[in-house]
Amino acid sequence: MTRRLPWGAMARMTGRRALAAVPVLLAVTFAVFAVAAASPFDPVKAYAGTAGLTASQENLDQLRANLGADQPLLTRWWDWLTAAVTGDLGDSSVMRRPVAEVITERLGWSVLLAATAFLIAIVLGTVLGVLAGRRRGGLLDRAVSSAAYTLEAAPAFWLGLLAIWFFALKLGVLPAGGLTDTASDTVTADQVARHLVLPALVLGISQLPWFFLYVRQGVGDALGEDPVRGARARGLSRRTVLTGHALRSGMLPMLTLVGSRVPELITGALLVETVFSWPGIAAATVQAATSVDFPLLAALTVLATAAVLLGNLLSDLLYGLADPRVGFDG
Amino acid sequence: MTARSIRGTATAILAGAVALTAAACTNPGSTAGASGGPKDSAVVGVAYEPETLSPLLGYGKDGNSKIFDGLLAFDADMKLRPALAVKLPHITADGLTYTYTLRDDVTFSDGTPFTSKDVVFTYRTILDPKTNNASRTELDAIKKIEPVGDDTVVFTLKYPYAPFAERTVQAIAPEHVAAKQDVNTGAFTTKPIGTGPYVLTGWSKGEKLTFKANPTYWDGAPPVKKLTMAVVKDDDVRATRLRAGDLDGAILPPNLAAGFEGDKAKKTYAAKTYDYRTVTLPTHNKVAGDTAVRRALDIAVDRQAMVDKILEGAGKPAYGPVPTDSPWFAKGTERRHDLAGARKILDEAGWKPGPDGVRVKNGVRAEFPLWYLSGDKLRQDHALAYASDAKKAGIDITTQAGTWEVIEPRMKTDAVLAGGGSPGDPDFDQYLLLKSSLAGDGFNNMAWYDNRTVDKALDDGRRTNDPARRKAAYDTVQRELAKNPGYTFLTHIDHLYVVDDSWDGLNTQIEPHDHGLASGPWWNVESWKPKKSTGEAKK
Repeated sequence: MTRRLPWGAMARMTGRRALAAVPVLLAVTFAVFAVAAASPFDPVKAYAGTAGLTASQENLDQLRANLGADQPLLTRWWDWLTAAVTGDLGDSSVMRRPVAEVITERLGWSVLLAATAFLIAIVLGTVLGVLAGRRRGGLLDRAVSSAAYTLEAAPAFWLGLLAIWFFALKLGVLPAGGLTDTASDTVTADQVARHLVLPALVLGISQLPWFFLYVRQGVGDALGEDPVRGARARGLSRRTVLTGHALRSGMLPMLTLVGSRVPELITGALLVETVFSWPGIAAATVQAATSVDFPLLAALTVLATAAVLLGNLLSDLLYGLADPRVGFDG
Repeated sequence: MTARSIRGTATAILAGAVALTAAACTNPGSTAGASGGPKDSAVVGVAYEPETLSPLLGYGKDGNSKIFDGLLAFDADMKLRPALAVKLPHITADGLTYTYTLRDDVTFSDGTPFTSKDVVFTYRTILDPKTNNASRTELDAIKKIEPVGDDTVVFTLKYPYAPFAERTVQAIAPEHVAAKQDVNTGAFTTKPIGTGPYVLTGWSKGEKLTFKANPTYWDGAPPVKKLTMAVVKDDDVRATRLRAGDLDGAILPPNLAAGFEGDKAKKTYAAKTYDYRTVTLPTHNKVAGDTAVRRALDIAVDRQAMVDKILEGAGKPAYGPVPTDSPWFAKGTERRHDLAGARKILDEAGWKPGPDGVRVKNGVRAEFPLWYLSGDKLRQDHALAYASDAKKAGIDITTQAGTWEVIEPRMKTDAVLAGGGSPGDPDFDQYLLLKSSLAGDGFNNMAWYDNRTVDKALDDGRRTNDPARRKAAYDTVQRELAKNPGYTFLTHIDHLYVVDDSWDGLNTQIEPHDHGLASGPWWNVESWKPKKSTGEAKK
């Protein structure tokens, strides 16, 4: 591509989206506080754990005051928000540590898992989609398509349990969970790689059907369009037609998909991390939710929301680049 | 990209995936290292994870932490022995002053010497209301704590509290580290430094804790050099990983432990416990609060059947919080299963069978709800068996599952299938469970039990250090419980552990209700000795 990138338009769109994100994030954090406050779980009980079952009421009341759990919803949200703006994310009650530390320690593992899975889904999905779309109704197309439809209906945690049963218990070739071997206390690259295989494959494969079906449809349709038929009529080779014409327009819908799959990827990771005891941020999210750990929960929700907004922005930017007719929020 | 290169890419990716899988196959379970010389590392599977590792927030309060030591420690029979103190404390005749002399050869794992300042700091911090310690009430008796020089600590109590020495198994934190950070969220809560036999090397929350032996431990460096505690919440997964050799030992429920019976390489340990299951009979319920109903239920229930069927033999009938094989148990307070007797008590008290077989008295139907914690199979089984036994005597109990959030507001009037138990001293359980002034105080005295004779005996029991008088006081409590049972105690539950038979020196301690990290045969992992391997002994 020799065309110069429309930096100005892209920057303007990014700016507009960033502005719009502010009220969205505010509303989301408030919703988190409201929902958590309305939940029947008691943060003090969750904090005290088994000790809470023999603690005196006075002791529990003191804990409630120390944790700030006796404050009204609006006060807690405002306190959290004003502190968060200055960079202080508060302390996680379930992890007994500052929220920022919990997140920095775990986020990396989640990003590694999600990125690997996303890569698997996109690469495998595209390759299979092109192959299937090129000769629709063929053996490969029929086999992969029906598998894709089945996978679409299968929840990620079920795939995870299935994978553990097959690879870890039946074959005994891959570890069933964790970041490293149970007996090891150092994190080495080869151990992480080995432990990453199953969760990343499961998460990737659970995302694969969407990419596959989109690409297959796009490429198939494009091959039937006038410009492609025209190109073929002009005597261009199959290969040139496929890559030069069909692939380019056929791949467009997938760019949108990349952005819109981010929320799915996050919820999928949540389940997969839990099944494989992967020490990522998702596992912490589940704990934070059941323990009504406001500061951790709010910070994680902001992160997840930001990831979704970023994903959408990215796909819109890519789309605008790939198809100039679409433009940037024009 | 050309079509051929696409095809090429696809092949490459597939090949890559295969290679990745193949690479993963090359060293499966490489850590097992089962055969060969004596093992110097152990991997055990535990079901629970501690909330924190800071003694200031409650970790190690019952002693026996791997990372920390208390002034005193419990041996296998829950008898006190000195740890960081050179001997048991000197107690003044009025029972109000406890003086501890400390060892002078102890250092924390960072090399700093341990002194009386650390002891004083630990207790004062726990007693500070700003510290989020949910077990603070247990140290309620302390009025003040003072250091005398580097090697002596003096506790002064508000009232004579006989089991106070048992409380000083509390783990001691280093002042020079913990005092410099936020006690509730500082790094010390997850990266502790102690005087104990093991040093924490890593804690991946929800996955595992790893320890290495403390080479400068004051009681001698442990032969088991590396210890891993894998947190595996699911019973089946724990059993599977034990079988696969990933774990060397694990706690298991009776039915899964039975699966290892034929395995020559593994041994099963049944730990005796104070862990009871009981039904609260709230005083504020018209039916459950009636002494005749309580007494009838107490003998209508078939405890032995529960032990045989629900616990598969791993446990024993319970008649109070004190297990029948404890020296504190009042002999003669065992109740026989006697359905006819139960019916007779109810008949005499005016509870007459109604048309549907359920008894009625003055228009009140003999019925009440019984709650149990949802998801807890053992409690559910106990609750169902209890309701079925009660039905035979004409009392209609509806069992209902709920979380603590649902159950707690109903505890005043509804029955609850509760569990508890802490060894060490009879005061620990009984005072909280039966003292009338603690009725409805959090989860203490859930049944709102109110019995003046018991109240007095509980006070007598904790205010004297004379063993004979203490025994007499707790005998009174147990006999009163037989006359007016505010709870129906059902069973004491053994905890089962399956461990590789590759060490000497394994036994179990008498265990409390909650199975912390310190429970199980690894309560004294520091004194395990690797067995000499048969055949060629390496090294």
